[in-house]
Amino acid sequence: MSLDTSKIADTNSGTAATAKKPGKAGAVAGWADDRLGLATLMRKNLRKVFPDHWSFMLGEIALWSFVILLLTGTFLTLWFTPSMSESVYEGSYSQLRGVPMSDAYASTLHISFDVRGGLLMRQMHHWSANLFIAAMFVHMMRTFLTGAFRKPRELNWVIGATLLLLGILEGFAGYSLPDDLLSGTGLRIADGLIKATPVVGSYMSFFLFGGEFPGDVLIPRLYILHVLLIPGLLLALIGAHMLLLVFHKHTQWPGPGRTEQNVVGYPMLPVYAAKAGGFFFMVFGVTALMGALLSINPVWKYGPYDPSQVTAGSQPDWYMGIAEGLLRIMPNWETHIWGHTISWNVMIPGQIAPFLLFGMVIGWPFLEQWVTGDRREHHLLQRPRNAPTRTAFMAAMVTEYGLLWAAGGNDILATHFHWSLNSITYFMRTAIFVVPPIVFYVTRRWCIGLQRADNNRVLHGYETGIIMRSPDGGYSERHLPIGEASAYTLTARQRDEIHEVDSDVDENGVVAPGTRAERIRAKLSKGMFADNVQKPTAEELEEARHHAEHTHELESGLDHPASGHEFDDHALRDADDVPLRQH
Amino acid sequence: MSDHLPESTSGEHAQVATQEPIPDPGLPAHQWRPTDVDPRAEKRAERQVAGLFGLAIVGAVGFIASYVIFKVGDHPDTIGNLGASNVMLGLCLAVTLLGMGAGMIQWARKLMGDHEIVEMRHPASSSQEDREATVSILQVGLEESGLGRRPLIRNSLLAAGGILGLLPIVMLRDLGPLPGDKLDHTIWDLDTWTPEMQAWWQTQDRTLQRVVRDVVGTPIKVTDLELGDLVNAEPEVMFAVDAETKQPIVEGTDLLVDKSKAAVILHRMLPSEIVSEQTRNWSVEGIVCYSKICTHVGCPISLNERTTHHLLCPCHQSTFDLTDSGRVLFGPAARALPQLELTVDDEGYLAAKRDFTQPVGPSFWERG
Repeated sequence: MSLDTSKIADTNSGTAATAKKPGKAGAVAGWADDRLGLATLMRKNLRKVFPDHWSFMLGEIALWSFVILLLTGTFLTLWFTPSMSESVYEGSYSQLRGVPMSDAYASTLHISFDVRGGLLMRQMHHWSANLFIAAMFVHMMRTFLTGAFRKPRELNWVIGATLLLLGILEGFAGYSLPDDLLSGTGLRIADGLIKATPVVGSYMSFFLFGGEFPGDVLIPRLYILHVLLIPGLLLALIGAHMLLLVFHKHTQWPGPGRTEQNVVGYPMLPVYAAKAGGFFFMVFGVTALMGALLSINPVWKYGPYDPSQVTAGSQPDWYMGIAEGLLRIMPNWETHIWGHTISWNVMIPGQIAPFLLFGMVIGWPFLEQWVTGDRREHHLLQRPRNAPTRTAFMAAMVTEYGLLWAAGGNDILATHFHWSLNSITYFMRTAIFVVPPIVFYVTRRWCIGLQRADNNRVLHGYETGIIMRSPDGGYSERHLPIGEASAYTLTARQRDEIHEVDSDVDENGVVAPGTRAERIRAKLSKGMFADNVQKPTAEELEEARHHAEHTHELESGLDHPASGHEFDDHALRDADDVPLRQH
Repeated sequence: MSDHLPESTSGEHAQVATQEPIPDPGLPAHQWRPTDVDPRAEKRAERQVAGLFGLAIVGAVGFIASYVIFKVGDHPDTIGNLGASNVMLGLCLAVTLLGMGAGMIQWARKLMGDHEIVEMRHPASSSQEDREATVSILQVGLEESGLGRRPLIRNSLLAAGGILGLLPIVMLRDLGPLPGDKLDHTIWDLDTWTPEMQAWWQTQDRTLQRVVRDVVGTPIKVTDLELGDLVNAEPEVMFAVDAETKQPIVEGTDLLVDKSKAAVILHRMLPSEIVSEQTRNWSVEGIVCYSKICTHVGCPISLNERTTHHLLCPCHQSTFDLTDSGRVLFGPAARALPQLELTVDDEGYLAAKRDFTQPVGPSFWERG
C-alpha cells in the first residue's frame, strides 16, 4: 500500500490534546469557570452526537427562521408606530399623499419607501414568517410519519404543537399590524368570528376592540402581543423543545450499528456546530433572496383600511387558508331560540372545526400508545410504510388540509379556470368527507404493498434486469441478493403485536371492569396492525436463500451480492489502482 | 441498560428475538474522503472555503455600496418593479450570507474530521433510588409544613389563591365598554347623533337624511342611476362639515366605526323585476338600498351581477337577491341583507326614511 494513512489523525483535533500552559483565552475561561462552573456541562455536551439525515433539517429551518424573525422584527420596531391615530400621509409614495390614514399604516409606508433597507427587512420578515410556519408544519409531519413522537418524546410533541398554534397566532397578529385594507378585512372577519361566540360574543368583541369595531386600540394591543407576549412564549417553548431534544438525544434511522441503545453521528463540536451554523446562514441567505426578488404584502397597493371597502380576491396568508375554506363552504345554518342567535355557520368553521382537526393530529400519538400498550422508549425511527395506518391517517389529514385550502380560494379557482363558484363549493362540501377516507384506504394499501416489496428484496434479492431463458423456453428475471447492510436495515424494525382481550368475564361470570375499553382497544389494534406485513423470520429467510442457491446452480455469473458498480469504475482508486474502499 | 430501552436482539420478547432474520453487521468501516488522502484535494477544498468566505466579504462591501448609491422612495429607477435599492441590498446580503453558509458547510464536509462517533443512550427516567429519595423528601416537606394536618390553613390558602387569580380578570373589565344597544343602531338613525351632528342638522333645515355617494359625498338623483348600476353610498352626515372651522364633524375612529355599520349600496332595476312586497315598498322607481355589510362575518359586499340583481360578497361568496328583500341565495350567510327604506326628499334627492329595522352585519348572541 503506497498511501500512508497512519499520519491522518483519528481524532478531530489538529494536535494532540495535551494540557498546555494556559494562554490568554485559557485565563479568561478559567476566570469564567471559577464563577460559573460551566466546564463540566460543556465537557458533557460539546462533543454531543447528532445523527445525520436530511429530514432532521426541517425543524432547523423553523428554528433559524425564528431567529431571522427576531432580527428583522427588531429592525422594524425602530420605525413602526403601533397607533391608530389618524394623520394625513406626506411621505415619498406619491399615490397616497394627502390621504388620511392611521400612523401604523403611515409608518409601514415610511419603512417601505423612506428607510433604506426597510422594504427588504419587511419582506424578509414576512417571508421568514411564512417559512417559519411552513417549516413547523413539515417538521411536524416528519415527526409524525417516522414515529419520532413515541416515548419518551410525547411532551415534546405537545410542545411542538403549541409552538405551531402560537406561530400561526403570531403570524396573524403580525400581518394585521400595518392596518392596510387587506389586514383590516382580516380583522373584520376575526370580529365576526368572535361575535358568533354564544352568550359572550359581543362582549368579547367590545373588550378586544375597546368598543365597537374597529375602534382605536386594537393595533397597539396586537403590537404588544406580537412583539413581546407571543415571542416570549415562543422563545421559552423553543428553549424547552431544544433542551428536551438534547436530553433525549436525537432519534436516528436504523442501520448497521445504529440501535435503540446508541446514537451514531457527528459531534456537536466542530462538525455539527459548523453545519448548523452554516445552515443558519443558508436559510438567512435564501430569505434575503426572497426579500430582494419576491414581492410580498405590498400594503401600499391596498390603501389604508376602510370598513366600507374590500378588494375582490382577498386572501389571507396561506396558513389561515383552511379556516377561510371552512368558512366559505359551511352551509348557512343559524338557530334562533328564545330571542337568541346561535351562528353555527360561523362557530363551526371558525371556532370548532380547525381545533378539532388539529386535535385529532395531536391526539393520534396518544391513541396509538393506548392501543399498542407500548411503554418502552423508542429512539429508532420507523419508515412511514412500516406504520401503514398512521401514515394513511396523515395522508388523509393532509388531503383534508389541501381540500380546505383549495376551498379557501374557491373564487380564485372559479375566475382562473372559469369554473362555477357554486359547483366548487358544493363539490368541496362533499369532498372533505369523501376524499380523505379514500386517500386513507389507498395509502394504507400502498404502504402494505411497499412492505411486501421490502420483504421480497430481503428474501429474494433485487431485480437485476437480466432476463434469462430456461432450457424449456420460459423467461424469468434474475434476482441477486442485496447487501447484508441493506438487508439488515430493511429488517431493523419491530414486529407489530395485536392486542387481544383475554377474557370478558372472570371465573364467577362477572364482567371484568374496563372490558368495554379493552374490547375497543383490541378492535383498534386489529384494525391498525393486523393487515401489516411483518418482516421475515430467520426460518423464512433461510428457506428463501436455500431456494435461491438452488436456482443459482442453474445459472452462471455473480456468486456474491452485487454492489451495483460491477460494470463501472465508480470505486475510488489510488495511484496503484488499489480501490480506496479496501484501505 | 434499563428495561425502558427495548433491545434490538434480545429482551422481553426473547421468543421473537431468536427469529431476527439478519444479525446487526455493526457500524461500517470509515471511508476516507479524497480530501483526507489527497493533499491536492485538501488544498483545493481549503481554497474553495476561503473563496466562499471571500465572496461573503465582496457581498458585504456591495451591500454598503448599494446602501449609499441607490435611493429609496417612490421613484422610477427600479429593477423589475422591485426598487433598485431593495433588489441590490437584498442580493448583496444574500451573497454575503450564502457565502458564509456555504463556506462553513463545505469546511465541515470536506475538511473537518468525519469520523462518526457512537454515544450510548440512557433512559429518560431517573433511577429508582432517586425517585424514592425524592418522594421521601417531598413527604418530609409535606410533614414539616403540616399542610396535610392543618386543613384550615390549606383551604384558606387555596381560597386566597383562587380569589387572587380573579383580580387580573376583574381588572380586564375596562378593556372596553359594554355593547349595550350599540350594535342595534347605525347613524341612519338621527336619534343616535352627537350634539355636534344635531347642531349641524339644524342648519340644514331638512327632515330626511340623504343617501350620498361614498368618497365624494354628493347627493344622488333617481336619474343618476342606469338600470343595473350599483352605487356605493353613505349617510350624508358622514360628509358634514362644520360651517365655521371647515372641519369634518365625523372623523377618525368614529368615522370608521360608523362606516362599518352604515355603509350601503344603491342598485337600480325595473320596478317589474322586484319580487317581494317589502322591497317594492321601500324602493324608489326601481332603486333599492341595502346594507353593504355582509350578514356572515361583516365584509363589505360589492360584487354586482348587473342583470340578475344578485350581490356577491368577495370574502366568502354569500350571494343575496336584491329583488327579494336581500334573501340569501348561496353561501355561508344565514340572514337576508338588511334593506334601508328609501324615499325622495323635496329636492328630488334619494334619502333614507329611517334606520335599518334590524342590526346590520354579523350575527351575535343578543341579536334575537
